[in-house]
Parts: sequence; structure tokens; C-alpha cells
Amino acid sequence: MDTVKLTTGGGVKRGARRTSIFLKWTFFIPAAVLLLMVIMAIFAPVLAPYPYDQIAMTDRLMPPFFVEGGSTDHILGTDLIGRDVLSRVIYGARISLSVALLVILITASIGTVLGIVAGYLGGRTDAFLMRFTDTSLSFPAILIALLLAATLGPGYWTVVLAISLLGWAPYARIIRGEALKLREADFVAQARIIGTSPIRIMVRHIFPNIINPLIIMVTLSVGMVILTEAILSYLGAGIPPPAASWGNMVNDGRNLIDSAWWISLWPGLAIGLVVLAGNFLGDWLRDEMDPRLRQI
Amino acid sequence: MARFIIIRLLQVFVALIGISILIFVLVRASGDPTDLFRTSSSTEEDIARIRANLGLDKPIPEQYWIFVTDLAQGDLGESLVKRRPVTEMIFERLPNTLSLAATSFFISMLLALFLGVLGATKRDTFLDNGVKFIAILGQALPGFWVAIMAILVFSVYWQIFPPYGHGTPAHYVLPVATMAFFLLPGMMRLVRSSMLDVLDSEYIKLARIKGLPERVVIWKHALRNALIAPLTAAGMVFAMLITGMVVTEQVFAWPGIGRLIIEALVSRDFPVVQGIILMVGAVVLLINLLVDILYAYVDPQIRYQQM
Repeated sequence: MDTVKLTTGGGVKRGARRTSIFLKWTFFIPAAVLLLMVIMAIFAPVLAPYPYDQIAMTDRLMPPFFVEGGSTDHILGTDLIGRDVLSRVIYGARISLSVALLVILITASIGTVLGIVAGYLGGRTDAFLMRFTDTSLSFPAILIALLLAATLGPGYWTVVLAISLLGWAPYARIIRGEALKLREADFVAQARIIGTSPIRIMVRHIFPNIINPLIIMVTLSVGMVILTEAILSYLGAGIPPPAASWGNMVNDGRNLIDSAWWISLWPGLAIGLVVLAGNFLGDWLRDEMDPRLRQI
Repeated sequence: MARFIIIRLLQVFVALIGISILIFVLVRASGDPTDLFRTSSSTEEDIARIRANLGLDKPIPEQYWIFVTDLAQGDLGESLVKRRPVTEMIFERLPNTLSLAATSFFISMLLALFLGVLGATKRDTFLDNGVKFIAILGQALPGFWVAIMAILVFSVYWQIFPPYGHGTPAHYVLPVATMAFFLLPGMMRLVRSSMLDVLDSEYIKLARIKGLPERVVIWKHALRNALIAPLTAAGMVFAMLITGMVVTEQVFAWPGIGRLIIEALVSRDFPVVQGIILMVGAVVLLINLLVDILYAYVDPQIRYQQM
């Protein structure tokens, strides 16, 4: 009952605020940053001044244009083998965002199904699934990722699989809690009484009511996934060179930090900016849609 | 309580079997398993020996049995590159990892307690917002990048601290700061929100009515109870500690286990990677078990709920 009220309440609130949403900077800025990144990722070949893997030995280690010795040909400078840093940062958005999209599709689906099943069926199913979830939650994803990189070899799909393998657990935990509450709601009880099958109840009655927390979690996990991918690529267990991943670009600059700081600086800033935008947007959505979910 | 512990121990056992099956399957999923155990200098004879060791000519269940019994005897195999037992290599590096992890953990913990309590008691002031701002940055900026930028500022530019290596106290400063960057935001948030909950409770009001000084109310009465809730998240903090250690050791060339596993990954030394994952994985599960037991001991409700 509680939840039913909340859903309709959310709708009314959103309707009343529709005019002011786009004026709120806490929404506007992060949303604009993310939109910009998506545009960058999609139109990378058009936007980037050079191909991401174009080597130019004559232009090695050029600093950004505002530093002495830099030129506007390479606004953010070039790396050890003369590749344009700006172009690589633009292409890097492709990897980060597409990994995030794939991982979130996989983890949110698995987590939602397991969460609803555990919460609605309860009993032994719930106990078993939740122990499984808790163990997955407390296990460091990096260990699994390194194991996958060692056996399957580092690569795009290895990273997606590695982050997904444990990433469903937070979804399952939160969704299960929501489903548990909905199970006791009047409309679910009524559906049960008229003989609706459990599967139909879960799909048609429980699922539509957990969409709010699901959207919030999806937004909040964008940053998490991008950070994890960056960490793995930095460690050499993620996207291998010559592909332009922000994580492996920071790594390229590690040993040149005393002479060419710009190689590491820009991709790191790009990571920070996207993650910050994702987290802010997630926080904003949570406060707007469902303030009860503070703990997520 | 005994029943509770036995059930939890069984769960740890099941999880360990899960990890061993995962490794077993992955080794065989990539095609020829001997690929993972050969180096460029391996002879036909070596490969035949690997084949026999893994029991590849035997049926799958028997291969798994061979794998698990070796592990159960503490035999993690031999490094392909160094030709030394993996366990020996791990224990050699262990002190370096433990000293950095312990220093970082305690410093982060003290800071998290202090800043978390400060954030909760001076709510919505300049101080609280400052703490929140740091936490937000800490959760968004990649730790490895912050570490490299710290090297740029403190080692290259100002030359105060060494950029890598270990040995003197000065070598600890940047790695510990990096670790704090990983640990602090999460810990601080936990303490702050738990403290806010506790400060709302009746016995805090009573303590104030009694006329106890605010200092005693907060640091003694409130903090003590506010520490229970974050305990449930200890497992996640430990997971962050491990991630942080692998990254930090890699950035600062710190000769610990985290660096060892990355070195092994790069040189395709599979037995070392596998050994470290198994060992650290087992430690993670045991720590979680201990935390669960501790929590059940502190808060008896848990014991009955989760039987």
C-alpha cells in the first residue's frame, strides 16, 4: 500500500516540477556532461582531429598548446609515439560508455530477475539467493577480473564479463528488498486471490513498481562500471593497446610523469568528469524519485 | 550460536568450491590448458609433464579431483618464470603488503571516524560540506590517476617524497595517501550516516538531559553505538582495501602481493596468478565469516533472523 502511494505521489510531483527541471543545475550540468560524452563516443571519427592510432614519430611528446613548445595542431599534446592525446580521449569515450552500457544491461537484468524472485517467493529460495548475493557482494571484483584476464586473455569482452560476473549482486539486494515490501501490498494480495500465476504477478505487478529504484541504481552504477574498467585497463587486465581506453592511456603516461604529464592528466580528468556526472545525476534522481533509497 | 557458526562455515566451504570450479572451468575454457602453463622455453617433455600433472588424459571429474586435492594440501604449484613454489613467493612479499595495508587501514579508519563524526555533529555547516565534497571527489576520481598526479606534484615538482620503491618511512607517505583515497569516502559515509541515526535516539537525549558534556555524549555514548552498523559493511571495506592495494602497489612499484600478481599477469605466469587469487579469496571469505560472527555476537537479533 505504501508503495502504491509512493508511485502515484512521484508522478504528481514530477508533473508539477516539469517546468523547472531543466533549470536546476544539479540536473542540468551532469546531464549535459553525459550527453556530451555520448555524442563524443558516437561521433568520434568525425570529431577527432586524427585517427586514435596514427603514429607520428616526428611529433613525439609534444606538450599541450598552452605550454611552451606546444602547438594548436595537437591541442592536448601527443604521447610517446606521437599519437594525438585529444583524439585518443575522444575515442576513449567509446570504450568507457559502451562497456558501461553492456555491463549495466547484463547486471541489471540478472539482478532484477533474481531480486524479484527472491523477494516474492521468499522462504528457502530467498535464503539461498541472498546468501549467494552476499558472498558475491563482499568478493573483490578485481580478483575475478584478474583471473579472467589471465585465462581468457585481456580484451573487451573479458572486461565486460569480468565486471558483470559479480556486478549483479547490488541490484539483487536492493530489488529484493523492494519486492519483499510489494509482496504484502493489497493489489498483489488481490491478484493472488483471483488466481493470478506467480510469474504473472512478478512480471505485471511487482516489476512495474520497482522501476524507480532500478533507474536510480542504473544511473548510479554508470560511474562504478567506468571506474572499474579504467582500473582494469590501467593494470593491463582490461582493454589492451593500441585501443584508446582512458585507463590504459593513464598507464602510458605513468613512467613519463616527470617529463610528459599531459599523457596521464587528460584521460584521468575525463574519467573523473563522467563518473562525477553519473553520480550526481543518480543522486538527483534518487532525491526526486525515491528519497527512501538513501542507502544505495 | 554454534549452529550459526556451523552454517556460516558451510557457506564459506561452498563459496571456496565455487571459486575452485570457476578456475577449473576457465583454465579449460580457453582451449588447450597447457598453453597457460608453458613458457617460450618449454620443451615437449615439459608439456608432457604439465599434461600429466593436470591429469588431462583422465575424465573431467577426475581432473577436478586432482586439482582440488592439490589445493587442499596447500600446493599452489610452481612459478613458470621463477621456478619456485608459489606459496614461497607469496609469503616473501606478504610483510610488505601487510605493513602498507595495516598502516593505511588504521590511518583511514581514524580519519573516517573523526571526519564522519564531525560531519554528523556539525551538520550542513561549512565543515560538513567540505567533508562531503571530499567524499564525492574520492568516489569519482580514479585512485591510480590521483596517485600519479601526486607523484607529479610531490616527487617531480617539489621532490618531497620518493616516487616509488619502499624502505624508509618517507616511502609510505604517498602510497598511504592513495590508499586513504580508496578507503576514506566509503568509510566516512558509513560513520556519518550511522552517527546521524544514533544522535536521534532517546538515550542520547537522556544523556544530554542528564547534563553530560557534549564531548562525552558524542565521543563516548553515541560513537560507541554508531560503530555497530558500519560493521556489516566491513566485508565491502575489505574488498576496497584489496582493490586499493593492487592499484597502489602497481603505481608505486611497491614489492607486495598486489604487484606480484600484476607482474605474473604480464609475464603470463599463470600458477602465480591462480595461487594469489585462491589465497586472497580464501582470506576474504574468512574475514567475512569473522565479521558475521562478531556482528551476531554484538547484536543477538541477527543470530535468530538468519538461522
